Amino acid sequence: MSTVAYITTRGLFGRRRALLLLPLPLLLVGLALLCRAYDVPPSDWGTPVLVGLGLAVLLPVITLIVGTGVLGSEVDDGTIVHILTKPLPRRDIILAKLGVAVLVSTVTTAVPLFIAGWLASGWKLGAGLAVAAAVGTCAYSAFFLLLSLLTRRPVLLGLVYILIWEGLLGRFVTGTRVLSIDQYVLTIADKIAPTDLLTGNVSLPVAVIMSVIVTVGCTIAAIDRLRSFSMAGETS
Amino acid sequence: MSTVDLNNVSRWYGNVVAVNDVSMTLGPGVTGLLGPNGAGKTTVLHMMAGFLSPSKGKVLLDGAATWRNPAVYSRLGLVNEREAVHGFLTGYEFVHLSAKMHKLPDPAAAARRALERVEMTDAQDRRLETYSKGMRQRIRVAAAMVHDPQVLLLDEPFNGMDPRQRMHMMSLLHALGDRGHTILFSSHILEEVEQVSGTVQVIVAGRLAASGDYREIRRLMTNRPHVFAVQSSDDRRLAVALIGEESVSGVEIDAAGMTVRASDYGSFTRALPRIALKEGIRLRKLLPSDESLESVFSYLLEA
Repeated sequence: MSTVAYITTRGLFGRRRALLLLPLPLLLVGLALLCRAYDVPPSDWGTPVLVGLGLAVLLPVITLIVGTGVLGSEVDDGTIVHILTKPLPRRDIILAKLGVAVLVSTVTTAVPLFIAGWLASGWKLGAGLAVAAAVGTCAYSAFFLLLSLLTRRPVLLGLVYILIWEGLLGRFVTGTRVLSIDQYVLTIADKIAPTDLLTGNVSLPVAVIMSVIVTVGCTIAAIDRLRSFSMAGETS
Repeated sequence: MSTVDLNNVSRWYGNVVAVNDVSMTLGPGVTGLLGPNGAGKTTVLHMMAGFLSPSKGKVLLDGAATWRNPAVYSRLGLVNEREAVHGFLTGYEFVHLSAKMHKLPDPAAAARRALERVEMTDAQDRRLETYSKGMRQRIRVAAAMVHDPQVLLLDEPFNGMDPRQRMHMMSLLHALGDRGHTILFSSHILEEVEQVSGTVQVIVAGRLAASGDYREIRRLMTNRPHVFAVQSSDDRRLAVALIGEESVSGVEIDAAGMTVRASDYGSFTRALPRIALKEGIRLRKLLPSDESLESVFSYLLEA
C-alpha cells in the first residue's frame, strides 16, 4: 500500500464521518430480512428496496461520503499540502486516493446489495447487483474526487447531482439517463441477472462505455486539476 | 547550494494586484521576508513553493519553474501559515510518513534526526491533535526538513511559539543557513526578523520596498519613532518616570493604558523594566504596536 493510500485510509476511518457509512447498509439488509421474515413476495418489495433504496440512495450516498472524504476533507482543512509538498507525481496521489475510495465504497455497498439481492431472488441477482455496484463506485468515486478539486462544496454539489439530476430529472426527462451513473448500474445489474425486479433504461454498450468514459475522464481531469492546485494566502 | 529567482513577478486576483513586479534572488543563508499584514508575503511564498502560478513573470528554483513541477519538492521544504496537520497521526508517524513520501533510503533514521533537530523526541508518540500550537509548528518544520532540503520556506514560523521555542527555532534556522541552505521566512514583526537574519526583503502593498542588509535599511528608519502599548499597575506614575528617560519621545495616557513613543528601541526596552522596578510599578503589558511598523513600511514605500 502506498504511503498516500495509508494516510488516506487512516484519515477516512479516523474521522467521525466514517460512522455515516453504517446506517444505510444496515437499513437495506434489515428491510430485506424483514420482508423475507414476513414472507412478503419479492415482487412487492424487491424494486423499491433494491432499486429505490439500494441503487438510487445507498450506492451514490456512500460513494459520495467516501469519495469526498478521501480528498475533499484534506483540501478543506489544508492538510493536503503535506502530501503535495512531496516529489510525487500527481497521478500517483489521485490513483492512490481513488483506489482507497473505490475499495471502501465497494465493500460498503456491494456486500449489503449482494445480501439484499440474494434474499429477493437468489445469489445470481445478488452477484449482479454486487458487480454493478463495483462498476458504479468506480464512476461515482472518480466523479466525486474531481468535484472535491473543482469546488469547495463537493458534498452539496454531489447531493444535487444525486437528488436532482439522477433522482428527479432521471425519472421524468429520459434524455438525462445517458448521463446518469445510476442508470448504468441498473442496466449492468439487469443484464447480469435478468429479473422482473430490475429494468434497465439504457443499453448495455452505453452503460459500459459511459462508465469507462466517466471513470477515466474524471480521473484524468482530477490529476490535471491537482497539478494546478493553488493556495490562496489567508492574509494577502 | 540552491537559488530561488523571481523575475518581474506579478500576481493578481481579478482586479486586485497582490504582488506587483517583484524581482529578487535568494541565495544560501537566512533571508527574512518582511512586510505588514496583507502586503503579499504569503502570495510570494506560495508562488516560490509552486502553489500559485504567477500572473506574469517567472519563479525559478535553480533555473526550473516551481509551478506544476512536483520534482522541485526534493530540494524544497515548505512550512505554510495554516497549521493544519493530520491530527490522527503521532508526531513520529507524521515525520516518518513524510520521509517515506520523499522515498528516502532510511526514512526511520531521517525522521529521528529531524525530530531531534526540533527537540520533539519526547512528544513524538503523542497524537498531533494533542499538541500545542508551538509544538505543531515545530513538528511541521521537522516534516518539512526531513529530506534536508536545500531551500526551506517558512510562513510566519514563530507564530504561537513561546520565547524559548522562538529562540530555539531561530538558532535552528541560523544553523541551517550557515550550512549553506537557502532559508526564507516571512514575518510582520520587525524585531523578529532582526534577530534571525541580516538580509531582508521588505514587501509593502505588493511591491518590493527594500532589499538587502537589514541594518542598512534600519538606519534609514531611525527618524521614525517606535510605538509601544504599555499597561501597568500605575500608568500615570510610570508615565512621569518614563518622560525623564532620554529614549522616550512621548507618552499618551488613555483608557486602555498608555502609548509610549521611543526614539531608540533597544535603550527603551532596557530602560523600561529598570524604571518600573525602581518605582515599584508592576508591568502588565508591553507590546510593540503594529501600527508603528506599518508606518515605517509606508515611509519606506514613499521613499
